[in-house]
Amino acid sequence: MGVSNTIQQLSVFLENREGRLDEVLKVLAGNDVNIVALSLADTSDYGMLRMVVSDPHKGRQALKEAGITAMLTDVVALRVPHATGSLSKAMHQIVEGEVNVEYMYAFANGNDAAAVLKSDDPARVIDILKGSGFDVYSADEAYRANQ
Amino acid sequence: MARVAIENWKETIRDPKIECMSRDEMNALQSERLVKQVKNVYENVEFYRRKMDELGVEPGDIRGIEDIHKLPFTTKEDLRDNYPFGLLAVPQEKIARVQGTSGTTGKLTLASYTQNDVDVWGECVARGLTMAGLNSADRIHVCYGYGLFTGGMGLDLGARALGAMAIPMSSGNTKRQLMCMEDFGATAFACTPSYALYLAEAAQEAGVVDRLQIRASINGAEPWTDEMRKKIESILHINSFDIYGLCEITGPGVAMDCIHHKGLHVYEDYFYPEILNPADQSACADGETGELVFTTLAKEGMPLLRYRTKDLTSMERDICECGRTLPRIQKFTGRTDDMKVIRGVNVFPTQVETALLSMGGGVAPHYMLIVDRENNLDVLTVMVEVDEKYFSDEIRKLDGLKNKVGAVLKQALGVSVRVKLVEPKTIQRSEGKAKRVIDNREL
Repeated sequence: MGVSNTIQQLSVFLENREGRLDEVLKVLAGNDVNIVALSLADTSDYGMLRMVVSDPHKGRQALKEAGITAMLTDVVALRVPHATGSLSKAMHQIVEGEVNVEYMYAFANGNDAAAVLKSDDPARVIDILKGSGFDVYSADEAYRANQ
Repeated sequence: MARVAIENWKETIRDPKIECMSRDEMNALQSERLVKQVKNVYENVEFYRRKMDELGVEPGDIRGIEDIHKLPFTTKEDLRDNYPFGLLAVPQEKIARVQGTSGTTGKLTLASYTQNDVDVWGECVARGLTMAGLNSADRIHVCYGYGLFTGGMGLDLGARALGAMAIPMSSGNTKRQLMCMEDFGATAFACTPSYALYLAEAAQEAGVVDRLQIRASINGAEPWTDEMRKKIESILHINSFDIYGLCEITGPGVAMDCIHHKGLHVYEDYFYPEILNPADQSACADGETGELVFTTLAKEGMPLLRYRTKDLTSMERDICECGRTLPRIQKFTGRTDDMKVIRGVNVFPTQVETALLSMGGGVAPHYMLIVDRENNLDVLTVMVEVDEKYFSDEIRKLDGLKNKVGAVLKQALGVSVRVKLVEPKTIQRSEGKAKRVIDNREL
């Protein structure tokens, strides 16, 4: 239980300058790191690129060698059945459990959707979700989604 | 709303005896004052006695102003080492006031004045106000800051010496400034040139220019161009003048330009200027650019010998069309160090480094300063690297870090900054002389 069910997200700090996103994507492509899902948050000064990739460690190493600051973050990938209200139910359980969600993004995964969430206590999120009948993706499942 | 064309200008000189003195008479006056001052500091300031002893110079070796090159220099570091009262030449109870400015390491540079020093300061500013065509009937709106900064107090003392009315507004709140300017019938105002232009444009936008009685502005404490002066003059239909000074020497009122704008007249009866070659400190010929160095010939509280301003300029001594024989320094072409003046505040890049290090983590002590002028106001952007250890993928945490850096820098520099977080290891590392400042202001 717990941490073994979190997945690792590859996060990259992007300065707002021309071509920076392109550079990052090129490095990943050149090292055969497949991007399963991504979210790009922007502020006036910089952007934050968050990705689920086929091999986060390899991705991070490749970026580091290319002089790009990247880090691995533990996140939870929740399986959300394609039924109206399922995300709402899951979120309700998390709120009841008094855990904060920092951010979230989602991607379609086969017959279901995956909601990637970052919280201050991922192990607890997993406990709460599993205890209330929800399923989370293992790292292997998430990194190879839709393949 | 009362610009005077140069052909209709009537020059008034507050102290023609001094301001139009012949070179010989001025030399005699300066020589007499220097001999007395050197004897004074040798007897009363341990720092100078030691420095002169080291150079093997005795007060008796200084027989006139031509011997000034034998005297030791004073630097900002010397002021810092003797902070706050180590350079007084009088007992502390004779000090009537202190004024200060930011120093290189977060400590202030403090200057101490006796009542006579304060009176001389006011007199010099009054000479400048007269040069700007003002007299005892004028109402002078001072929007320089009042406080340790010499701007507000200097102009206030000048207005007092002139017998004019001072309106002590201090800086900020442009709407209120314009309201008071109009309601009190101000006839002149004093502030930094960038704020003057900002005020002028605000007045134009508010449509109040025609209701103002302003005829002159006195602007200094930061570098500005003739184009900027002409812009202020044309928006407000006034005459604008450049005032120069530094806290260590007295504050504003060390030099001022006249209607002919051919350089700033230095009040050399009190503040003796030298222009020295930055490489070997030899004297520069008239018209040659070098470091401006001042000796306070009559100061009592904290007299300084050959104080190195680190400002680069040149000097002309031919008689000005206004009739004054006082030498004129040209607008500054730069500095011998990397100090920047941001909205009238002296900022040294090393202050940023010290402040970043004091945070004890979060950001690396690598930084880049970018100075811009937006809407006529100086904007200082500090680019800092996020420490890899503190790097987070949560924007909330990064913004928290950014705000903390902003608060620490504002505290350290005395001027608000825009913080921009950049990727670790992207700022050039210092190997010898790293470029730490980019100044995009066109001056």
